[in-house]
Amino acid sequence: MTVAQEFFRKPQAILGSAMLALVLIIAVFAPLLAPYDPYERLRVQPDDLFAPPDAEHFLGRDDAGKDVWSQLIYGARVSLLVGFAASLVSMGIGTAVGLISGYYGGTVGNLLMRLVDFLMVVPDLPLMLVVIAVWGRGLLNIILVIGLLGWTYTARIVRSQTLSIKERQFILRSKSIGASNARIILRHVLPQVMPLIVAQTVLDISASILAESSLSFLGLGDPNLISWGSMLNFALDRGAVSRQAWWFLLPPGFAILWVTLALILVGNSLEQIVNPRIKSHHLFDARRMVSLIIPLPPAPQSLKESQDNS
Amino acid sequence: MTPILDVQNLSIDYQSNGHPLHAVEDINFQVQKGRSLALVGESGCGKTTTMLSLLRLLPAEGRIIGGRILYRGTDLLRLSEREMRDYRWKKLAIVFQGAMNALNPVQRVSDQIAEAIMREPQITRKQALTRVGELIEIVGIPANRAQQYPHQFSGGMRQRAMIAMALACEPDVLIADEPTTALDVMIQAQILSLLQKLQRDLGLAVILVTHDLGVVAEVCDDVLVMYGGKVAEAGDVETIFNKPLHPYTQRLLQAFPDINRPGSTLASIAGHPPPLDDLPTGCRFEPRCHLSSEICKRIPPLALEHDAGHYVACHHVEQ
Amino acid sequence: MIQFDYLFRKIVFALLTLAVIIVFNFFLFRILPGDPIKLLFRNPRMTKQAQETIRVQFGLDKPVWINTERLQSGDIGGIFDSQFGAYISNLFQGNLGISFAQRSSVNEILAERIWRTALLLFAGEVVAIVGGIIVGVVAAWRHGTWVDASALIIGLTTWALPTFFLGIILLVIARGVLPTSGMVEPGAAKEGTIEYWLDVGRHLILPATTLAVGSASAYMLIMRSSVVEVLAEDYILTAKAKGLSNIQILKNHALKNAMLPMVTIIALNLGYVVGGAIQVETVFSWPGIGRLIFDSVAKQDYPVLQGAFLLLAVSVILANLVTDVLYSILDPRIKAS
Repeated sequence: MTVAQEFFRKPQAILGSAMLALVLIIAVFAPLLAPYDPYERLRVQPDDLFAPPDAEHFLGRDDAGKDVWSQLIYGARVSLLVGFAASLVSMGIGTAVGLISGYYGGTVGNLLMRLVDFLMVVPDLPLMLVVIAVWGRGLLNIILVIGLLGWTYTARIVRSQTLSIKERQFILRSKSIGASNARIILRHVLPQVMPLIVAQTVLDISASILAESSLSFLGLGDPNLISWGSMLNFALDRGAVSRQAWWFLLPPGFAILWVTLALILVGNSLEQIVNPRIKSHHLFDARRMVSLIIPLPPAPQSLKESQDNS
Repeated sequence: MTPILDVQNLSIDYQSNGHPLHAVEDINFQVQKGRSLALVGESGCGKTTTMLSLLRLLPAEGRIIGGRILYRGTDLLRLSEREMRDYRWKKLAIVFQGAMNALNPVQRVSDQIAEAIMREPQITRKQALTRVGELIEIVGIPANRAQQYPHQFSGGMRQRAMIAMALACEPDVLIADEPTTALDVMIQAQILSLLQKLQRDLGLAVILVTHDLGVVAEVCDDVLVMYGGKVAEAGDVETIFNKPLHPYTQRLLQAFPDINRPGSTLASIAGHPPPLDDLPTGCRFEPRCHLSSEICKRIPPLALEHDAGHYVACHHVEQ
Repeated sequence: MIQFDYLFRKIVFALLTLAVIIVFNFFLFRILPGDPIKLLFRNPRMTKQAQETIRVQFGLDKPVWINTERLQSGDIGGIFDSQFGAYISNLFQGNLGISFAQRSSVNEILAERIWRTALLLFAGEVVAIVGGIIVGVVAAWRHGTWVDASALIIGLTTWALPTFFLGIILLVIARGVLPTSGMVEPGAAKEGTIEYWLDVGRHLILPATTLAVGSASAYMLIMRSSVVEVLAEDYILTAKAKGLSNIQILKNHALKNAMLPMVTIIALNLGYVVGGAIQVETVFSWPGIGRLIFDSVAKQDYPVLQGAFLLLAVSVILANLVTDVLYSILDPRIKAS
């Protein structure tokens, strides 16, 4: 069974893919799907502020009178863009570091792993926060900051897989016929590691989206873009709670949950295929172990007697 | 003499995606006090499954679907799980391969042995540890090593520790699962002679599961040759080694290097054991057998007694 | 058993990490283009006195890393008469600078708030660890049943839930029922009295719960898979063969082995928990370091930001070191390399 076949047999994979597909469609076709353009300047009446949902505004209006539903649709673009872009960066760095430190080993390999350990210890959100606060807010900065910190898991996985592959027969054979290291790594090691990388990257995307939404929520998102996190920042900041404007408070959060959960389901399914886990363990209910369904032959004491009888 | 363990018509399946795999079919054997029986066969022939079933320790998919396992007349298959626990270790004990993970890595070896001893509620920890000391002396582990952890033991020492632990509750039957695989030759010899000594001194009934005929020749009194989940041949060790009748047994012995015939070529048996989901209709060895004929393809042979205590399952052997 | 080689390596690594963080902290705030300190220094609205304070505090007239002039004139000791030198010596004297937004020193501000965040983290983590472990063990025990499946679904969903959003949800739900803002009702009880601490406790419920849920889901998922893995090991079969009951096996053999990876995960998770604390303190206006960071970002109060980041990073690094020591005590297999 190919990976794709195994994948689509899992209920969680199908569910996750469907959830993800929905968001992707919404993000790509945002201009067609959104009833209003949330980036457009608006002239509003006082009544429009925090207006509850009605026929024209499916999810009501926010603190500035803008349509929440349209913002939600456009917000998908930012979350997905940052998520994918940052994870691309992470995937690239992580794969490179993992391959090099796993294949070549030695001082370079060790140093790279110390770097990984270092990055894993340092707390992510405070670091990202501080860097953005100094560098400045912006889409590129957010993508870089998330991507430059998120590669450690991929690096570890790639390294450990490279270590075990590098001793295998086909690698040794390639070496003996004079293939260069770069060629071996790219043509022989990388394809073997790829499934693991893909599974981990999907999970990384979910982490990137959570990171972006946290940064935006804390006021460090791109000021020119609408993202789900920044919507929640405004909601909390501008009194949506006291006005009980649930239509502004809850949808962006659920949107983040939806995408993240979708990615986790897909990533988990991939990981289970690529890295199969244990199906059962030793402490099960043993009552079905003895299920005597074959009737015994009539009381023989030894085989000799049964032969006489037959 | 009444056997201490009498296995009759034992059949075991594995559940897999709906259709059951017949791992063991209708095997019979007996073990006597003070004698050792070898369960011999290639990997996948069902010997490990048989061994595990004696203590009802099959994996979750395992199903014992037929037969009797009589220990001193009590059918172990008719006990509840709770009652069965009283027989485990106290009457029948297993020595697993002393691989790194057969012992709990975060518990001292002495504590693990003591745990078995303290299944009797009236035994105090102090008494248990004294007994641990006796046991490790019997198996030849230096006294000061007992309180170490398993990773500090060599492979041979771990195997000895497993044996000491198996003796903790003074069982009648000792089952040893490939006790010498993955050990070097010198240590193998030590472990085997230890097993022999225990068998003699304690009057144990020993079942040795192995694929190594050298071990069988060295240590065992009786042999049960299994193939494809069924009995191929059974008898005492002299008969099996000197007058093997089943073609499989003969080929097995040929494949075994004999120092008395250094010039003869090592013969391996072409082909491979039958897959459990596609078992032959007739004799299971037929596809690899040089005596194969029509009847072999259609009718599975019964294990019939050829001479006293010597059973063979083959159509081409005169009874 | 404590293996000194292993510990020595871990301590050295922790010290190195600390050193890198300290240098990085300096680098970030002083070197990068758009140096905020310099910008502020040139801000015409700053009073002369404030400018002077900043100049002295940060040594802005001195070279950044090393003072080569002093070196060339033979003054080896003066090599560190630089901004970096000033930073380091300030640091070791416990001087983290003066806040731009408030009049007090960064030290004072941090010292006042640190215990509030510590309290929040402690409360949240204890609940998360205990809850996560128990549910994880039960789910693993009932592997393959609906209990396991539900735990998995709930665990994955809460893991995907952003911490700040959970806070918002609880904020909306519990409004009027539980206190949703601050640490105490202003002026309600005198500090140090029982009523005061009860009030703190009441205010702690929502933020600590929010923090706990996020961590608990991670702990539960890890514990569950750890226990399943352990229960599939050979020594569990040995324990079964010894005639032990399933409960005995779980207690005496499985749990200790399954807990070892948990210790590592708890350490690894500390970075995320600290990030969660920032979010939670923001949502619930809990006056700790997290909220301080959020406010300082908005006010561009860089000395405070720098100090708070340093404090958090150092705490997490030290906590990891403590966990490494704990792990080496628990796992007898840790050998000298």
